[in-house]
Amino acid sequence: MLSKAIVSAARTALQQVSSATTLAAGFPKVASRLPTKYGGVYTVTLIPGDGIGTEITDSVKQIFEHVNAPIEWEQYNVSGETAMGESLLVEAMESLKRNKVGLKGILFTPMDQQSHPSWNVAMRKQLDIYASVVVFKTVPGVPTRHKDIDFAIIRENTEGEYSGLEHQSYPGVVESLKVSTRVKAERIARFAFDFALKNNRKKVTCVHKANIMKLGDGLFLNTFRNVAETYYKHAGMAYNDMIVDNTSMQLVARPQQFDVMVMPNLYGAIISNIGAALVGGPGIVPGCNVGREYALFEPGCRHVAKDIMGTNRANPAAMILSATMMLRHLGLDQMANNIANSTFNVLQAGISKTSDMGGNATTSDFTNAVIKNL
Amino acid sequence: MLSSRTFTTALRSSRSTLARTYATTSNSPTAKFEGRKNAGGKYVVTLIPGDGIGPEISESVKQIYTAAKVPIEWEEVSVEPILKDGKTAIPDAAIESVKRNTVALKGPLATPIGKGHVSLNLTLRRTFNLFANVRPCVSVQGYKTLYDDVNTVLIRENTEGEYSGIEHEIVDGVVQSIKLITYPASERVARYAFHYAQANGRKHVTAVHKANIMKMSDGMFLNACRQVAKEYPEIKYDEDLLDRVCLQVVQNPKPYSERVMVMPNLYGDILSDMCAGLIGGLGLTPSGNIGRDASIFEAVHGSAPDIAGKGLANPTALLLSSLMMLRHMELYDFAEKIEKAALGTIAEGKTITGDLGGKSSTKEYTAAIIAKLK
Repeated sequence: MLSKAIVSAARTALQQVSSATTLAAGFPKVASRLPTKYGGVYTVTLIPGDGIGTEITDSVKQIFEHVNAPIEWEQYNVSGETAMGESLLVEAMESLKRNKVGLKGILFTPMDQQSHPSWNVAMRKQLDIYASVVVFKTVPGVPTRHKDIDFAIIRENTEGEYSGLEHQSYPGVVESLKVSTRVKAERIARFAFDFALKNNRKKVTCVHKANIMKLGDGLFLNTFRNVAETYYKHAGMAYNDMIVDNTSMQLVARPQQFDVMVMPNLYGAIISNIGAALVGGPGIVPGCNVGREYALFEPGCRHVAKDIMGTNRANPAAMILSATMMLRHLGLDQMANNIANSTFNVLQAGISKTSDMGGNATTSDFTNAVIKNL
Repeated sequence: MLSSRTFTTALRSSRSTLARTYATTSNSPTAKFEGRKNAGGKYVVTLIPGDGIGPEISESVKQIYTAAKVPIEWEEVSVEPILKDGKTAIPDAAIESVKRNTVALKGPLATPIGKGHVSLNLTLRRTFNLFANVRPCVSVQGYKTLYDDVNTVLIRENTEGEYSGIEHEIVDGVVQSIKLITYPASERVARYAFHYAQANGRKHVTAVHKANIMKMSDGMFLNACRQVAKEYPEIKYDEDLLDRVCLQVVQNPKPYSERVMVMPNLYGDILSDMCAGLIGGLGLTPSGNIGRDASIFEAVHGSAPDIAGKGLANPTALLLSSLMMLRHMELYDFAEKIEKAALGTIAEGKTITGDLGGKSSTKEYTAAIIAKLK
């Protein structure tokens, strides 16, 4: 399902390459090169991240090794705990720009004002991976209160409240700027509709707060409506909009009514956490960030989970599934389906339930179960 | 022009609060209800019945109060907007009444949709400096949802933040919306949160923030909370990321029954409705707006014009809001008594209104509660 979107994203990238070969120029254009692949093996940047990152990426590495996946990792142990990691972050970014594809855990961001800004956000902005795609689907075997949930969140990743523009104009008075642009609203709206079309989904909902932020969210909403009417109405795609507070209320009461949702940055953070809670927690929700050039795969619900780090108790399913999305993105569908099926089987059979699912299996138990099931 | 003016007013009002805080020694964060009785030995409270189903549900509350012999005399006023200097405004009589009584109960108001109307709720909020919105959500026995152990209290800063209304379009297609956070406003809402926790026997205050991204603005909000926390050593104080709170409340709301959550405007707006969703919607959630000059308690649901006048409306939200008001007035016994009767009636499930799955009319439901009072 999502695979199709990713594959097609890859396909469009391919098409660009072929159409951009103005051979007369004689130079291959570096700006539109493919993911790095030598001798049939892809090089992929791996950033385990802070908290439980190392444990859950280790799990992916083990599984990939077992299936002999044609992936060579270029690992960067960047940590957001200290500002010292910055040079490593720069290296990791260069690697990502070379390889075009990455797998990543979540980097910690300190709270105090002198500390460095969020590197997670910086990466998304610099690589312009503007669309965060997260699919929330009830997984058989995972205990939840709600049944039959199946919706996707497309979140704008590069502007809005995460602009990082803040100043103190007078002692005790701080302004924080939320920047909304038509260009970015339009491309995320188009992305959402394209995603819906390619995945046979029927309805796109725009989540906003345009009744209060009449200009900022108004721009987002109006652009969404324009895109819908101009390009997608005739394809039979239904669309509506909903205010963010109502959305959160509807989600916890009747989540089945949603299909594809598109929203600005901050609302995405809120809604995706509510969504994750509905389907069983951040441990089983995979995700990816896609732009024109790069794709970075990370768990859909971005938690560092410092409280359980190093205890071997984290659920690696979200990371494993994110990694399978990456395999599909690289065109390795067979392998991706194998690993994903095995993961879902393990979840469904309840063989190795990690603590978030009410069991007491360890991360390694879960990984071994997935490997055994392959 | 408009934006700069709003900003200066905000600044001015925050300065004057600051001055007030220093000048007065009173440790109450609000204009404390003064508890003056009139000649008849009753407290006078302003009642704004509102639109749509408002008059019916207000009538129901009045009947219950008469039956419970609550020493309250209602002063009914209309807030139907009038034109004053070419702008819509609240009638002076209503403003005078609320100012005099310092406490008001308000039914739902229909906000006319269209340009040029400032919402009445916003006008009331500005007129009376209603700086904190208190939203408790408690699972109602007899109305089954997927969550049966909800007991959250959320206090939301109500005057600034993302809802400052300062927005401008810099060039075509680029909008800046300013989130304004001031120390005085953050401090007074924090102080009210601790005050509320103390008065209602909750031992724990949690500040909800996104200071990893908005380091200065949310950072200052947290600073204010930390300062106030020092004045309340007996109450535990901690901070939690917005993402984590969304996730955890929806996964398992139980741990939040010990706490009071306090947060900036937008987060509060979204989370309070989310919590309402957990217990079955806005028909069962009370709300109080606490201000420096007055406090207004209200039902937050809509005016339901489709069932207005048919005698089918559910008065529970307004009734529960009025109980918050009684507690604000320190009439604890009456609040206790009426609450028991109302919740008992719902728990029995024999005479409940249509929205709760019953067949009774507003009148029958009211009568059942009154019967339980005896």
